[in-house]
Amino acid sequence: MKKSYQSLEVNLISNMKKVVHRKLGKNILSLGLIILLTLTTSLSAQDGDPAKGKSLFNANCAACHKLDKKMTGPALRNVEQRLSETEGLDRDWIYAWIKNSSGVIKSGDAYANKIYNEFGGAAMTAFPQFSNADIDNILAYTAEVKKEPAAAVAPVAASGAAQTGASSGISNEIILGALAVLFMLLAAGLFLVNKTLRRFAEAQNIDLPESTERTPLWKAFIKNQFLMFVVAIFFLLSSAYFVYGYLSQVGVDQGYEPVQPIHYSHRIHAGDNGIDCKYCHSSARVSKHSGIPSLNVCMNCHKSIYEVAPSTATEEYSKEFYDGEIQKLYKAVGWNDADQKYTGKTQPVKWVRIHNLPDFVYFNHSQHVSVAGVECQKCHGPVEEMEVMYQYSPLTMGWCIECHRSTNVKVKDNAYYDKIHEELSKKYGVENLTAAQMGGLECGKCHY
Amino acid sequence: MSSNKKYWKSVEELNENSSIVETLKQNEFVEQIPTDEFLGDKDTLEASTTTRRDFLKYVGFSTAAASLAACEGPVVKSIPYVVQPDEIIPGVANYYATTIANGFDFASVLVKTREGRPIKIENNTMAATNGSANARVNASVLGLYDSLRAQGPSKAGEAISWSTFDAETSKALDALKGGSKDIVLLTQTFASPSTSKLISQFKEKYGNVRHVVYDSVSESAALDAYQAKYGERALANYDFSKAMTIVSVGADFLGDWQGGGFDSGYSKNRIPDHGKMSRHVQFESNMTLSGANADKRVPLKPSEQKIALAKLHSYIVGGFVNQKLPETIEAAVKSAAIQLKKAGSKGVLVSGIQDVNAQTLVLEINAALNSHAFNPSTPVKTRQGSDKEVARLVADMKAGKIGALIMNGVNPIYTLSNATDFSEGLKKVSLSIAFSLKADETASQTQYLAAAPHYLESWGDVELKKGHYALTQPTIRPLFDTRQFQDTLLKWVGSDVSYHDFIKSTWGSTILGGSSFNTALHDGVFVGNITSENTTSENLETEAPASNAANALLNSVKSAKGFELTLYTKTGMGDGQQANNPWLQEFPDPITRTSWDNYLTISKADADALGLMNKHVADGALNGSYANITVNGVSLKVPVMLQPGQAKGSVGLALGYGKTLGLKEEMQTGVNAYALYNNFNKVQNVSITPAEGEHKFASVQLHNTLMGRGDIIKETTLEIFNTNDKKHWNAVPVVSLNHQETPVTSPEVDLWDEFDRSIGHHFNLSIDLNACTGCGSCVIACHAENNVPVVGKNEVRKSRDMHWLRIDRYYSSETSFENDNKKKENISGLGSSLSEFGEMENASANPQVAFQPVMCQHCNHAPCETVCPVAATSHGKQGQNHMAYNRCVGTRYCANNCPYKVRRFNWFLYNGNDEFDYHMNDDLGRMVLNPDVVVRSRGVMEKCSLCIQKTQKTILDAKRDGRVIKDGEFQTACSAACNNGAMVFGDINDKESKVAKLKEDNRMYHLLEHVGTKPNVIYQTKVRNTTEA
Repeated sequence: MKKSYQSLEVNLISNMKKVVHRKLGKNILSLGLIILLTLTTSLSAQDGDPAKGKSLFNANCAACHKLDKKMTGPALRNVEQRLSETEGLDRDWIYAWIKNSSGVIKSGDAYANKIYNEFGGAAMTAFPQFSNADIDNILAYTAEVKKEPAAAVAPVAASGAAQTGASSGISNEIILGALAVLFMLLAAGLFLVNKTLRRFAEAQNIDLPESTERTPLWKAFIKNQFLMFVVAIFFLLSSAYFVYGYLSQVGVDQGYEPVQPIHYSHRIHAGDNGIDCKYCHSSARVSKHSGIPSLNVCMNCHKSIYEVAPSTATEEYSKEFYDGEIQKLYKAVGWNDADQKYTGKTQPVKWVRIHNLPDFVYFNHSQHVSVAGVECQKCHGPVEEMEVMYQYSPLTMGWCIECHRSTNVKVKDNAYYDKIHEELSKKYGVENLTAAQMGGLECGKCHY
Repeated sequence: MSSNKKYWKSVEELNENSSIVETLKQNEFVEQIPTDEFLGDKDTLEASTTTRRDFLKYVGFSTAAASLAACEGPVVKSIPYVVQPDEIIPGVANYYATTIANGFDFASVLVKTREGRPIKIENNTMAATNGSANARVNASVLGLYDSLRAQGPSKAGEAISWSTFDAETSKALDALKGGSKDIVLLTQTFASPSTSKLISQFKEKYGNVRHVVYDSVSESAALDAYQAKYGERALANYDFSKAMTIVSVGADFLGDWQGGGFDSGYSKNRIPDHGKMSRHVQFESNMTLSGANADKRVPLKPSEQKIALAKLHSYIVGGFVNQKLPETIEAAVKSAAIQLKKAGSKGVLVSGIQDVNAQTLVLEINAALNSHAFNPSTPVKTRQGSDKEVARLVADMKAGKIGALIMNGVNPIYTLSNATDFSEGLKKVSLSIAFSLKADETASQTQYLAAAPHYLESWGDVELKKGHYALTQPTIRPLFDTRQFQDTLLKWVGSDVSYHDFIKSTWGSTILGGSSFNTALHDGVFVGNITSENTTSENLETEAPASNAANALLNSVKSAKGFELTLYTKTGMGDGQQANNPWLQEFPDPITRTSWDNYLTISKADADALGLMNKHVADGALNGSYANITVNGVSLKVPVMLQPGQAKGSVGLALGYGKTLGLKEEMQTGVNAYALYNNFNKVQNVSITPAEGEHKFASVQLHNTLMGRGDIIKETTLEIFNTNDKKHWNAVPVVSLNHQETPVTSPEVDLWDEFDRSIGHHFNLSIDLNACTGCGSCVIACHAENNVPVVGKNEVRKSRDMHWLRIDRYYSSETSFENDNKKKENISGLGSSLSEFGEMENASANPQVAFQPVMCQHCNHAPCETVCPVAATSHGKQGQNHMAYNRCVGTRYCANNCPYKVRRFNWFLYNGNDEFDYHMNDDLGRMVLNPDVVVRSRGVMEKCSLCIQKTQKTILDAKRDGRVIKDGEFQTACSAACNNGAMVFGDINDKESKVAKLKEDNRMYHLLEHVGTKPNVIYQTKVRNTTEA
C-alpha cells in the first residue's frame, strides 16, 4: 500500500514538474527526471493485476490500440515479451515510452523512432499520470493468453437447434397422420354402426321416418325478392368499400422494408449505442433533406470499430454477420484495415430509399426538426429498435394534416413568431396556435 | 348417329372432286400467307437470334413486369457521397460570385448551385461595375448543359487526347518560331489583365506573334474615336443616372449599344422624384428598346442621323451645317439641342453611328456640355476589337502570309461577311486551332478543335472598366474533357503553373495592392487603382478621325437608291453565340413579341408600296411575306415584319440567327444577317424585292394597340402629374350602386367578403412602368427558377407558350396614348364607333410604346379560384394564389375565367415527349432544373406562384435563426433579376417596407381594377416627360 501511495506522490510531482518544464521549454531536463524516476521505481516492479489492467486499458489505450490488431497504434498482445525478444527492450523502456513517448523519440532511441515513423509520424499520447504499477497492470492484461472465442460453440448450437427444429417437424407430421387415421377409423366405425342399426330395424320391421321434400333454404331465399335486393345492395356496398380500400392504399408504402446493400442496424447505433440521429443525419437540421450520411461519417467511428462485441449478436444475426457488414463498409469507402490506410478505390453504396414522397410535395426536415423541434421518432417510429429500417408512417396527406391540426407551434424564444403569434392567438382566442392555424393547411405551403 | 344432315359452307362442297375443298381440308389458307413480308426485312429476321418462343416469352415477361411495376412503387436508390465536401449540404444552395466574359456579354453575377450543379444566375449586387445580368446572361447557365458541346479535343473531327494535342501543336509552333510567317491569335475581347500578360509572354517566346482582337459586332468606330482623343483603346463610359436630359442619335443604349449595361443607371432618373425626371429624346431608324422608352422618339433614316448629329454638334459646339432635314426632324433636332444646352452638365448625348467622325463629334459634344454622365476616367474595356486588323488578317491569310491561326471565342466563318475569303485563307494556314465550346462553323474547318470549357467551369479575370476588376471562378468541375485557352497558352510558353495560379500571381503583383485575393474572389469584384497606367501599347491599325469631323461625317452621307438597312442585335440572341439555348430562342423579342426568328422590319408605308404584308390567319397566328434583299450582290430571302415606328426608307434585320453548325435542328432559325455586314458597318444600302411564299411567325402578341383602354396601362405626362390631383390621372374606377357612383374598391360593391389579411405576411409585387425598360431579364429568370418548359415554334404559334411572366408591349394608334384616349372619348354613335374603333386597331407610324410585365396578379378575390371544380387553386393567407398541380384535372375553367390570361396549360409532357427536344427532355439539360419546384405533368394548369418556394425559404431561414425578417429579404426571381428597380417585392404588413410605401403611392393602380379582383400585384402609373425645352 505504501508503495502505491509513494508512486502516486511521485506521479504527482512528475506531473507538476512536467508542466513547469514545458513552460520553460526544458524538455531534456524533464526527460532526465523521468528516466531517473522510472529507474528508481523500476526496482519495485512486479507482476500486475490483469483485471485492473483491463479497465485501465479500456479507459486509456483502447482508442488507439487493440490486443490482436494493428490500429492507430500497434497490436499489444504480449508486447513486453515481443519487445524483449525481438528488440531487447526491457520494462523500463516501456515505462519511459508510455509516460513520455516523444521524449524517448527525441533521445534518438532507434526502436522508438522506427515505431514513430511506421505509424505516420504521430507520437503516442503521453501518460505521465500512470504509475509504474498501473503500467504493470496493463502489461499483465496484455500478457493474458488469448481466449478462444465462444463463437466456435455457436455453430454447434445453431446446428443443434436446426436439428431439433427438423425433428419437431417430423413428429408433428406423425401426430397429424395418426390423428387422421384415427378419424377415418371413427368415421368408418360410425358408418358401420349406422348400417348395422338399419339392418336391425329392417329385420324387426320398424318404419324409419321418411324425410319429407321441403323447399330448400336457398330456393326460398331466391323467391324472397326483398331479401335478394338487400343482399345485393349489401354486396355492392361492401365490394365498393373494399375497392376503395384497395385503391387508397396504392402508393402508400407503410411498412416498406427493403433489403439494403449493407445491413445497417439502427438498433445497434441509435438504440444500444445511443448515437443521436442528427449526428449522422446532420443535414436534417438545416436542409430539406435529412441526408444519408456519407461514408466518411461512418469512418469517424468505424476506423477503430472493426468488429462488434460478441454481445451485440442476436439469434438472427451472428457476430460474423455484423463483422462482414463492417467489411462491406470498408470495401465501399476503400479502407484497408490491415494497413490502416485508404486505398482510394471507392464504391459508393446504393442505398434503397425508404421514404419516398411524390415530386409534387415539398417537405423540409429543418422546418420540423429545428424550428418545430419534432422528435424524429414521431414520424419515423421507434428507429432505435429497428434492426432493419422500415417506413413507420403512411406518409399520406391525411396523416400530415392530422398532425398539423393537433400540433402546437413552438413559438417560445423565437423572435420570428413574436408578433404573428400574439396577433393570431388573440384573433382565434387560443393560448397556443396549432400549425394549421398558422397556415399549415394551405395547399401552396407544401405543393409548388 | 342422331342426324345425317350435312352442313356446307359453299356450293363448291357439293362437288365431290373439288380440289379447292380438298385443299381447304388440308390447309386453312389457299395461298401462302406472306408472313415474311409482313414481318419486314427477311434477312434481319433470319439473322435474328430471337425465336418465336423467345419473343413470346419476352412479351409475356415485359407485360407481367409492366403490370407489376404499376402495382408496386419504383425502387428509388439513394447514393450518398463517399466523402462529402464540407461546403455541400444536400438540399442547401451555395452561391458563388463569378463573371461572364464571352466577348459579347460581360457581367458580374452570382451563381446559385445545388448539390454542386449551377442552376441559376443572379445579380451580384456588390458589383460596382457596368453590366448586370441581362436576359442572355441569365440564360447562359443552360449553355453549360448543352449536349452538343465539344467533349474533348479533336483533330479533323477525330477525338485526340490533350497530350497528343500539346505535342503536335507545340511541334508545329516551334517550327514556325521566328519564321517568315506570322503566328496569329485571333480572339474575342478578353479585357483580362492576366490573359494580356500571358499573351505577351507567348509573343516573347515565339517572336512573330500577332494578337488580333475581333468583336463579332464591331464597336471599332467608337474605340478609334476614343483612342484618338484619350489615347486609350476603350469605350466612353456613361452613367445615365447623372443625366437629366438624354439625347440619343441611333444608339440603343438600353440594348446592346457599346456592350450594354446602361439601363440600371437610366432607370434611376426615370422615376419621378419631387416632380423631376429625366427627359429622353431618341433619334433612330429601327424601333429599339431605347426608342420605345423615350419620351420623344424621332424616326429617321441612318443617313439622316448623321446630318442630325452634325447639326446637334453645330448647335452645341459650333459650326455650320448646310444639309437640310425634313421639317419635323429639323425642329426636333433644334429642340433637342436647346434642351441639351439648357441641361448643361446634366445633359448627355450618345450615338450609335458606326463612324469614327460621328463618335468624335459625340465626345466633343459631351466635353462641351461638361457632362457629368460622361466619365472619361473610367472607360469601358469590354470591346477592344479593330476592324482594320481583322481585315488585314483576312487579306494576309489569303496571301499565305500566316503560319498559324489560333482562335478563341470567335466564329469568323459565321460572323464575317467575307467568310468565304476567310475559309479560303484558312486552307493556306499551316496550323489552325479553334478553342471553342462547339464544333461550330469555324471550328469544324480548322485542323484542331480544342474543346473549351464553359465560363462556369473556368478561371478568369476581367477589367470591365478601367480599375474595376472582376474574377471568374469555376462553379463546377468541367463536365467534359476541356481545357481553357489560357491553360494551353501556359503549356505552350513552357510554364507548368495553372491559370488559376497565374491569375493569383498577376493580381498579387499588379492589381490587388496588398488586398486579399480571397476576398476579391468571394466578392467577385475588386475596385483597384483607377489611375492605372495605359495598357494599350500595341501599334494597332486604327482609323483616325478627320480634323474637321463634322464635315467628314457630312461628306460620307451619300444619297443612294433603295433602302437603308440597319443591322441590330436582338435582346434575346445578341451576337448569336447562344443560339442553341432554347430559353433564348423562345424568348419573345420585347418589341415585336416574336420568338424563334429574325425578320426584316419595315414600315407599313414602305411595305404597302412594295406589296409586302403581314396577316393574321384563322388560328390567330401571324404570317408574313418574304422579301429578297440584296446588299452588294449578296442576296437573302427573309420574312418581313411590319414594324410600327420604323423610319420610312429604312429597314432592320437582326444578327445572330441562321447558324447551321453546333446546334439542334429546332434552333436553326432565321437567316444569317452577318452575310450583309460588309466592312463591319451595321448600316448598308439594300434593295428589296418581294419573294414567293408566306412565312409563319411565332408571335406571342400581335400588333396590339391599347385602343384607349387606360385601365390597362395608365399613363400621364410629367406636367399633369405635377400639377393635377391624382383623380385626374389615376382615378379609381367607379360603378353605380343605387344610382350612386361608388369606387370599385369599396366593400359594398364587392361580390365577396373581405378577409382580414393584416396578420402575418402579405406579399405584394410592385411594378413601376417608368423604370421598366422591357429588357426581359425577369422573363428568363422566371424560366430558370420555376422550371418553365420550352414548347417550340409551332406551339407558340398556337398560343401555347408557357411563360409565367410576359412583358406586354402596347402601341398607340395615334401619336401618343393620350391622343388615343381623346379619340376614344370623342367616339359617339354607331357609325363613328364602327369606323374609328377600326382605325384604332392600327398602330401609328411612330407610336408611343409601353411595356407592362404581367404575371399572375394573385387576386385576393380571384375569379379562377371560384370556378375550379376540384379546388386545385386556392388562396393563401400570405396573399399568394396557390396552385396544387397534383389536384388539377385540367378543365381549364380557371384560364377561361382569368381576366389577365396568365394561366398556362401543359398540353404535353414536355419533359418526356420526344417531340420536344429541348433542355427538359435531355439528360444533360435537366441538370438545370430547380429541385425545389416540381416539373409539371401533362394536363395540368400552371402559373406564377409569386415564387412561393423563395418566400417560404426566407421565412424558414428566419424561423430557424429566430429573427424578424427585414425588408428586402423577400424576393421573387423576377424582382431579384430586375436591376432597374422596376420590380419591388415585399410584405405590405411590414409598414416600413418599400413595397408598403409603394402601395400607398399616388401612382399605384391595379390592372383592370374595375373587375374588382383586388390583385396583389400593383403597377405604378407611367409618367412621360413630354416637356419640350
